[in-house]
Amino acid sequence: MSDFARAASPVAARRRTTGRGWTAAAWGALGILAVAVIWELYKFLGPADGVTIGATPGETGSGVMILPRTHDRAMPHIWTMVARLFEPTSGGATPPLVVTVAQAAVVTLGMAAVGWLIGVAVGMLLGLVMQRWKLLEWGLLPWIVVSQIVPLIAFAPVVNAIGNQIDRSGTPWPQWLSVAVIASYLAFFPVAIGVLRGLEAPDRIHVDLMRSYAAGYWATLFRLRLPASVPHLLPALRLAAANAVLGAVVAEVSIGMRGGIGRMLIQLAGQASSDPAAPWGPMFGSIVLGLIAAGSVALIGFGLKNYRRGEATA
Amino acid sequence: MRLSKRRGLGLASAAAVTALALAACAGPSDSDGGDTDGDFTPLKSIKLQLQWLPQAQFAGYYLAQEKGYFKEEGFDDVEIVPSGGDIVPQDALVAGDVDFAVAWVPKVLGSIEASGVELTDIAQVFQKSGTTQVSWKGSGITSVKDFEGKKIGSWGFGNEWEIFAAMAADGLDSTTVSITTQDFSMNALLDKDVDAAQAMTYNELAQVLETVNPATGKLYTMDDLDVIYYEDTEGAMLQDALWADTKRLADDPAYADAAVRFLKAVAKGWLYARDNPEDAAKVVYDIASNAEAAFPVGPVHQLWMMNEVNKLIWTGADFGVVDDAAWKKTVAGALSAKNQDGLELITSEPPASAYSNEYIKKAIEELKKDGVDLSGSYTPIDVTLTEGGQ
Repeated sequence: MSDFARAASPVAARRRTTGRGWTAAAWGALGILAVAVIWELYKFLGPADGVTIGATPGETGSGVMILPRTHDRAMPHIWTMVARLFEPTSGGATPPLVVTVAQAAVVTLGMAAVGWLIGVAVGMLLGLVMQRWKLLEWGLLPWIVVSQIVPLIAFAPVVNAIGNQIDRSGTPWPQWLSVAVIASYLAFFPVAIGVLRGLEAPDRIHVDLMRSYAAGYWATLFRLRLPASVPHLLPALRLAAANAVLGAVVAEVSIGMRGGIGRMLIQLAGQASSDPAAPWGPMFGSIVLGLIAAGSVALIGFGLKNYRRGEATA
Repeated sequence: MRLSKRRGLGLASAAAVTALALAACAGPSDSDGGDTDGDFTPLKSIKLQLQWLPQAQFAGYYLAQEKGYFKEEGFDDVEIVPSGGDIVPQDALVAGDVDFAVAWVPKVLGSIEASGVELTDIAQVFQKSGTTQVSWKGSGITSVKDFEGKKIGSWGFGNEWEIFAAMAADGLDSTTVSITTQDFSMNALLDKDVDAAQAMTYNELAQVLETVNPATGKLYTMDDLDVIYYEDTEGAMLQDALWADTKRLADDPAYADAAVRFLKAVAKGWLYARDNPEDAAKVVYDIASNAEAAFPVGPVHQLWMMNEVNKLIWTGADFGVVDDAAWKKTVAGALSAKNQDGLELITSEPPASAYSNEYIKKAIEELKKDGVDLSGSYTPIDVTLTEGGQ
């Protein structure tokens, strides 16, 4: 019904969409504010050492903590965290934390973007061949699913070792490429599944129609299957973007790649006792990173808006 | 349908052939010559694997780089590879990713036994153990004997064996302690999640002393803490050492030659750190925060670390020479230690090739001829810590 209305009156629809954009932004800001208020409220009301039940007196670390600690080391004030962003990262004459976080975020975003591109390319290819040849779907699909069960921290060092080997044998293989490949390993999965589902989305009647026109595989692919796959593809791309960022951050930590936000997070967390507000810098940075990644994919959706009918949720 | 199936099979077999071809290509294909005895091309480019992130603990290597000592010894290009992720230095060395590696002796002994790799400790940079177990004053943990029934923090990953070796030496039952894995901050101790936390004199101990005590509004001091130094116990084990590939040392004269030159440069670097601790700490801090983007703890923390590390290196013994008694103590500790699950680090003596003083002695001799005097000791400086080490 709403699709119909939008198609009937594109101008009104657009106005409605931009109006909704502002409301969404306002809700988003309100959400952030609410989190900040809840944080400070709990910090104010909650006990400094948290609440532990079932503790045996005299036995350190016994019992189960049901409410977290609220002292300044566990939960720094919001304003302390924000102020810390503008203090030197490592003391001395080092740049402010916010600058370092931004630089690290750019490094990670770059690797995640490369990983996303590789993942999308591989995922699309897999989706296409699996749709084209049923035999390949039977053969490949279980492996694709199984591939995601392999823990990233087990997989990452293997990729790194192979990368090192290639690098040593003469072909340059920078460390960031390993990170991108690991990120792509998480990113390709939703794309492969999404493309496969999307390409198989056209109704039988539409496929039969194409057949009755004597349209070949390629014509059916470009005129029917690909357009029909867009509503499945876009959520898959968004998932892939989020996965690529996640994969890049974990990969950085795992293979010891420096300069990115994952590494920075671990490093600053190690200093959390004497400088508790510092690790929150890269934490905010990674949140922004995720938003940027998802937002960039939304731009692709904007370009494909003609095909976005009845988009599948993911 | 039949056609497409056949085509699918064709594609699959093509993919398999490609994969095989790629696998064949991926094998090691570098074979630089220079194996002719006595006559070799000196190595000019080497890689050193650290066991952690760039910090004053590794000052000597960075100074050798920064002050041109590697160049003086004929290396055009020395890459210092920090760790801090899942990189295990001795594994990187075995894999051939690097030429030399910094690692703790007990960890490598474990690797030697577990996977049969052949590595040689060619220089024992840290002569003493820097590990401590820190508890709050008044909690009654002043010696290893007090560990039984307590919650003891450790980082794990092979950093825990001194605890068990010390307990075994005192005849304590390691299964009665509950070992809690600590993260790399000192929050476990500060929040009293553990009774005693593991801390290196040069790093985590300083972190506690850089934290504000909410009760007083001032930094914690040594008066607030009871510190057990493993160096004073039977559990003490040798730590930061430089490791080389045993087979390569024997078969490749260029590598053996590079090992000596490398040790000469490193010794000069550490000598500089001994005589100029302030400047050395600053150099490392600058490299770590700029070139390496490693986000180190602040400059005061690095100076503290430099001071403490110097104390572990310059004990009056010859620089880098493996002390046989300390080695035997480490091996004995490693043999006797049983962790809380009853597992052992090693069950038999390591091979004789696990350490060799041949290269470091040669390096010291050559340095003496060059007029570099490695004797003398370190005069500790006073470092006043600041909040967050900044």
